[in-house]
Amino acid sequence: MAKLTRRAFTTLAGTAGAASALGLVNIIPARAASGRVVVIGGGFGGATAAKYLRRMDPGIQVTLIEPKKQFVTCPFSNTVLGGINDIGFITHNYDALKSTWGATVVHDMATAVDTGKKTVTTGGGRTFGYDKLVLSPGIDFRWDAVPGYGPDVAGKIPHAWHGGEQTVALRKQLEAMPDGGVFVIAPPTNPFRCPPGPYERVSMVAHYFKTTKPKSKIIILDPKPKFSKMPLFLEGWKALYGGMIEWVGAGDGGATKRVDAANMTLHTEIDEYKGDVVNFIPTQKAGKIAQLAGATDKTGWCPINPRTFESKMVKDVYVIGDASIASPLPKSGFAANSEAKVCAAAIAAELAGKAPGEPSMINTCYSLVSPDYGISVAMVYGFADGKITKKKGSGGVSPKGANAEFRKKEAQYAEGWYSSISSDIWG
Amino acid sequence: MKNRSCIAAAFAASLVLGVPSLAAADSMDSNMLGNPCAGCHGTAGQSKGAMPTIKGKSAKFIAKALKDFRDGKKPSTVMQRIAKGYTDAQIDALAKQYGG
Ligand SMILES: Cc1cc2nc3c(=O)[nH]c(=O)nc-3n(C[C@H](O)[C@H](O)[C@H](O)COP(=O)(O)OP(=O)(O)OC[C@H]3O[C@@H](n4cnc5c(N)ncnc54)[C@H](O)[C@@H]3O)c2cc1C
Repeated sequence: MAKLTRRAFTTLAGTAGAASALGLVNIIPARAASGRVVVIGGGFGGATAAKYLRRMDPGIQVTLIEPKKQFVTCPFSNTVLGGINDIGFITHNYDALKSTWGATVVHDMATAVDTGKKTVTTGGGRTFGYDKLVLSPGIDFRWDAVPGYGPDVAGKIPHAWHGGEQTVALRKQLEAMPDGGVFVIAPPTNPFRCPPGPYERVSMVAHYFKTTKPKSKIIILDPKPKFSKMPLFLEGWKALYGGMIEWVGAGDGGATKRVDAANMTLHTEIDEYKGDVVNFIPTQKAGKIAQLAGATDKTGWCPINPRTFESKMVKDVYVIGDASIASPLPKSGFAANSEAKVCAAAIAAELAGKAPGEPSMINTCYSLVSPDYGISVAMVYGFADGKITKKKGSGGVSPKGANAEFRKKEAQYAEGWYSSISSDIWG
Repeated sequence: MKNRSCIAAAFAASLVLGVPSLAAADSMDSNMLGNPCAGCHGTAGQSKGAMPTIKGKSAKFIAKALKDFRDGKKPSTVMQRIAKGYTDAQIDALAKQYGG
């Protein structure tokens, strides 16, 4: 119905200035939206927003700014560490976004945002004007949170919490490790990207060790007293990996206080742990450009209006994905994809002079405990009293004690999810 | 909470009835309900892997499947947990988005 009407006006006002375009739609509300949207970041949130904006209204000009020509995902990177998939399996490009969806993709780094003039400047020296700006820069690290760890050390002790080179570096170290070696992993404090991620990583590395280096050990040094899907992970680890994995939680002094990279040792308050391979995952904050745009608050993350994902700090700037404070939604790729669609719909509506619709979102995070053993946590999110809410009665984790067939199905669905969401974003 | 689902139901109901003056906003709203499904089932419901494809199924089929998942009449891994997040009216609206 109305969808078709909007499509019919696609060619209108392609180059018209923002103010006049907005004026137009205010006077003639039935007219197609037009306007310039710049999206910073071509990951889970940003690429989804770019595609869905074009899909919702081809009258909108979308420019996506992303330095990488190929995007290597964090989701399923743990299967690369486990030797199940290669890096090509998790690598995507921007061809469809350009050719199928008609977005302009600029491979450059956004280095400055002028929210007064409404422009974005890139490292390559180009400047882009916008009517609406979407930020989905993901995370940066608080390198100073734990002494001894910094970008200079990340080659020797990878974090592998950004996809690509870091994943490959950690995989190479695991391959080179002798049987009987020790892998030490230190997950970060809350809030962080992908709450079940470190524990899925442990599972995939355990699978690799079990099949190739069975005398090896894994030690988790955790600053937290508990973790996502904990009972399910513990059940799976016990069934599949026996005593290979040791978890040291906050109560047992699991928090790393100092990193000694020269000796491959993590120091906690009461002990020290030396690893043959060490994976330290630093404390996180919103991607730097969010701070440069003035969209972060004192927590280092970006407060947003949950109805539209517009920043509470700067007008006409929207923040989605890990960088936003969208709790109770987790910082996940699925959530970023869902948020991007709400944000795109809100922007399309506003550019067309209409009120944004009511947000409805989903998150489902699958984790592989082994290639045949999947578990999940899910939730449906709505909107009430100005907040994002969990829909009562929905969601939850996979049942404890489920049979092998159930776990296998969820492992298959995990991969099915990955394939579908990748094509929903970059396809 | 109560208030919220009433509003949602009203939205969904107006959608089904196709109240003309609100048509554009409503269409966006129905997409809002159904868009997250694509995270697993693919854009426009075209799955790329093990997840069932929704595209091409009738609205009636989709609505019944979702209600059966929700009410435990149809076994599932995650779909019961998801379907429980939607009222009958919302299920009908998003079934319509995918099933036409
Ligand atoms: C090991 C691991 C496993 C995970 N598994 C899952 C999973 O199974 N399911 C799930 O849902 N989620 C998972 N996640 C979480 C998921 O990766 C993130 O939540 C998701 O990537 C967030 O999307 P985003 O758009 O915020 O950031 P990203 O996807 O990281 O995208 C950010 C993009 O912005 C670009 N960028 C940053 N700054 C600039 C700038 N100044 N100019 C231009 N571009 C810029 C970056 O280059 C990057 O491409 C996992 C994460 C990890 C680490």
